[in-house]
Amino acid sequence: MKTIIKYVLLDLFRNKVIMVYTLILAILAISVLNLDDNASKGLLSLLNVTLLFVPIITILFSTIYFFNSIEFIELLLSQPIKRSKVVLAEYYGVALPLAAAYGIGIGVPLLLLAPSTAAVTLLITGILLTLIFSSLALLIFVKSKDKTKGIGVAIITVLFFTLLFDGMLLAFIYSFSDYPIDSAVVGIIAFNPVDLARVLMLLQLDVAVLMGYSGALFKKFLGSATGSVFSIACLLFWVVVPLLLSVRIFNKKDL
Amino acid sequence: MLRTVIILLLLASFISDADSTTIRLNAGGSLQAMLDRTPAGDTILISKGFYKQNSIIVRKPITLIGEGFPVFDGAKKNEVIIVTANNVRLIGLHIQNTGRSSMVDMAGIKLQNVTNVLVKNCRILNTTYGVYLQNCNKCIVEGSTIKAYAKDELQSGNAVHAWKCNNLLIKGNMLSGHRDGIYFEFVTGSLIEKNVSFGNIRYGLHFMFSHNDTYKGNVFENNGAGVAVMYTKGVIMQNNTFYHNWGDAAYGILLKDISDSKIEHNKFDKNTVGIYMEGSSRIHVANNEFTNNGWAMRIQASCDGNVFERNNFVGSSFDVATNGTMMLNTFKDNYWDKYDGYDLDRDGIGDVPYYPVSIYSVITEKIPTAMILYRSFLTDMMDQVEKVMPSVTPDMLKDDSPRTKKWKL
Amino acid sequence: MIGVHQLTKSFGKFKALDSISLQLSKGQTVCLLGPNGSGKTTLIKSILGLVIPEAGTITIDSQAVKKDWQYRSGIGYMPQIGRYPDNMTIEQVIDMIKELRPEHTVYDEELFHGFGLDKLKGKTMRSLSGGTRQKVSACLTFLFSPGVYILDEPTAGLDPVASELLKEKIGRERTAGKLILVTSHVLSDLEGIASHIVYLQDGKLVFYKSVEELQVATGELRLNKVIAQVMKEGLRA
Repeated sequence: MKTIIKYVLLDLFRNKVIMVYTLILAILAISVLNLDDNASKGLLSLLNVTLLFVPIITILFSTIYFFNSIEFIELLLSQPIKRSKVVLAEYYGVALPLAAAYGIGIGVPLLLLAPSTAAVTLLITGILLTLIFSSLALLIFVKSKDKTKGIGVAIITVLFFTLLFDGMLLAFIYSFSDYPIDSAVVGIIAFNPVDLARVLMLLQLDVAVLMGYSGALFKKFLGSATGSVFSIACLLFWVVVPLLLSVRIFNKKDL
Repeated sequence: MLRTVIILLLLASFISDADSTTIRLNAGGSLQAMLDRTPAGDTILISKGFYKQNSIIVRKPITLIGEGFPVFDGAKKNEVIIVTANNVRLIGLHIQNTGRSSMVDMAGIKLQNVTNVLVKNCRILNTTYGVYLQNCNKCIVEGSTIKAYAKDELQSGNAVHAWKCNNLLIKGNMLSGHRDGIYFEFVTGSLIEKNVSFGNIRYGLHFMFSHNDTYKGNVFENNGAGVAVMYTKGVIMQNNTFYHNWGDAAYGILLKDISDSKIEHNKFDKNTVGIYMEGSSRIHVANNEFTNNGWAMRIQASCDGNVFERNNFVGSSFDVATNGTMMLNTFKDNYWDKYDGYDLDRDGIGDVPYYPVSIYSVITEKIPTAMILYRSFLTDMMDQVEKVMPSVTPDMLKDDSPRTKKWKL
Repeated sequence: MIGVHQLTKSFGKFKALDSISLQLSKGQTVCLLGPNGSGKTTLIKSILGLVIPEAGTITIDSQAVKKDWQYRSGIGYMPQIGRYPDNMTIEQVIDMIKELRPEHTVYDEELFHGFGLDKLKGKTMRSLSGGTRQKVSACLTFLFSPGVYILDEPTAGLDPVASELLKEKIGRERTAGKLILVTSHVLSDLEGIASHIVYLQDGKLVFYKSVEELQVATGELRLNKVIAQVMKEGLRA
């Protein structure tokens, strides 16, 4: 498996899209951090970038890459290697360069210009989102028959998590506002990695009191150490579960 | 230090009657004994030192001047100095360690039913109540440092506590670590000026049923809940700074049932809520600077006839929030950094009105749980859409003449 | 050597393989023929384990291959379309496959040099033509001298020289006693190589006969004539 990862990495680290992605993230990070005199505001802007661009770029790039590698995967599978190893290697081969792109593009300027716990949290959050959305891309790849369909599903998935889910959540909150739904809402956001990432990050910033002001539970639960552990655990679930599902499906997939 | 003492001495000698004398209390001597035998109008000069004495009662108009801050210690059991006579002056004393009691409000200096008493340049440390004024008239608390390390609201008192007083002057004090920095209840015609009230558990200034008072040039910083002004009319609040009152329930100022008042030339920076207003009428809010607040203002629908003009609103998460659709207040000539209208005739006034209430703030006001979606892509988008076609936000709450340039305040 | 028993596979309603049974042995060069969609590729992929059959068994050296992936070390597979990660060089691709099969230390690099790939080895896969990529695929297939070769349209896209080189190589491997399973649309390319013909249609095995048998039955010598004759006679020869 290491061998495949090594060579996929060799391939992707020279990939132009990855390079451009890194560069754009770096430019965004540097300009945002230099523009805002307030580091916390800069972090908020970078959070917005992370929550929107990372899922979209990651899922689209990964899905396309997986579909383009299908013949290569066949070749690998004709070698004496376990299927699960091939598919995991492909995942790591894609997820690691994307995570590295985020780490270099956002992480390095962030830690140089505005080092803080919140900055580290943002970095971890961004990397986790990268791992999650490439994991989802893998699931889409193993489930879909062809590339066009796969890309379509990828777009819908990312749209769902960045927009539709929140819309549904808002509708839910609206319709049940007479009931004590705070804890239910905390439970619901566990089903959306983007929301989890956003809340996890907001709680590290001083704007968190705005959330606490309205819903004490959010601050109390999610702001505590248990809450952070809960959020990170949920995010890790979002990496692992689609990945394991993908491996299971891939093991039975016809190529 | 020595010089101030000399000047004070000189002053005292000029002011006091020709027949008044100055006597000295040597270190360790009993102040109460000396007070009892000193005739009214005299001055006692207290030498530097540690006086393990408390519950000292001043029953005659006498001036007490401390040399190098003589320390009077309440041994964490009792009150320290109680003034029951008019025209008493307490200058340069160091008072510390009062007791705590649920029966009596233990104070470092307690003024009871007196007129014309001065507390000046004192250090009052670790007391339940610092200076306690009860039914007083024309008293002054000036240039003193009143500091405690209170842990919770229930077991602590206020740095300056005034009840049923008239014509007070509270000026140039440093007040910290109490429940409230300054507490006024039924206090009228008074002036609170140039104090710094910080790090108090509850309010920097707590103000109830205290009509026609003025507070100006004060700094309220890092207090648990900011400043609360309630059930009062005719308050003038000018040139104060409300800084970093940041927490789940913290306000720059909380106004409840306030009318016919002025809030002018103040600075509100980094408060969860700059001004919270409930049941308030006819307040003139002008020339204030709001920067980096969560909500610059929360104005409940129960407010009417207020005028907000010539303020700067910069860097707020939400400019204005309100809980209703009715709005009987006037907004005009404010600068809003979120305003993105145009000014074709270049007169410095935007040609389209500014709606300071965003749709998301309307939603969270109705349903606080929706705050979980703060900063999500969805809510950003809703706000953008609402800006183009307002439908939910109260359309009467608008600034018809938003400035395109910041006011220089 | 390769035994296929009652192999069935359908994609949705479409039956790609309908209980196919075959016994292929060493030294044979089996040519897989049939119209498009007849199940050739599915059969090959089933043998390679790329397609999971729904019924039936496949044995290699009388070992059932289900779940076991080690058996693939005895197979060299040349896919119809060879696509590789864009930014990998030829050398990296070859090195990678070598590293994946650490049990081999002796490599058959005859084609690598024969195709002149040694001169191109620093080029990235993205910059290569389809034909050159096909050469890389061929090269990888023969690298480990496996006992079984599975070649899916091996000559498609190759220039005549390379095509000839590959055919010679296949010939030599057959003489060495290897089993070769090959599909091709260009029958003339199989001329002189094929020893047996497997003919599939609509997922069913129509016949599996040696070339000699067919030549005798049809009275034709050239392979494409033989096949044409067979098809004309209603495939019942």
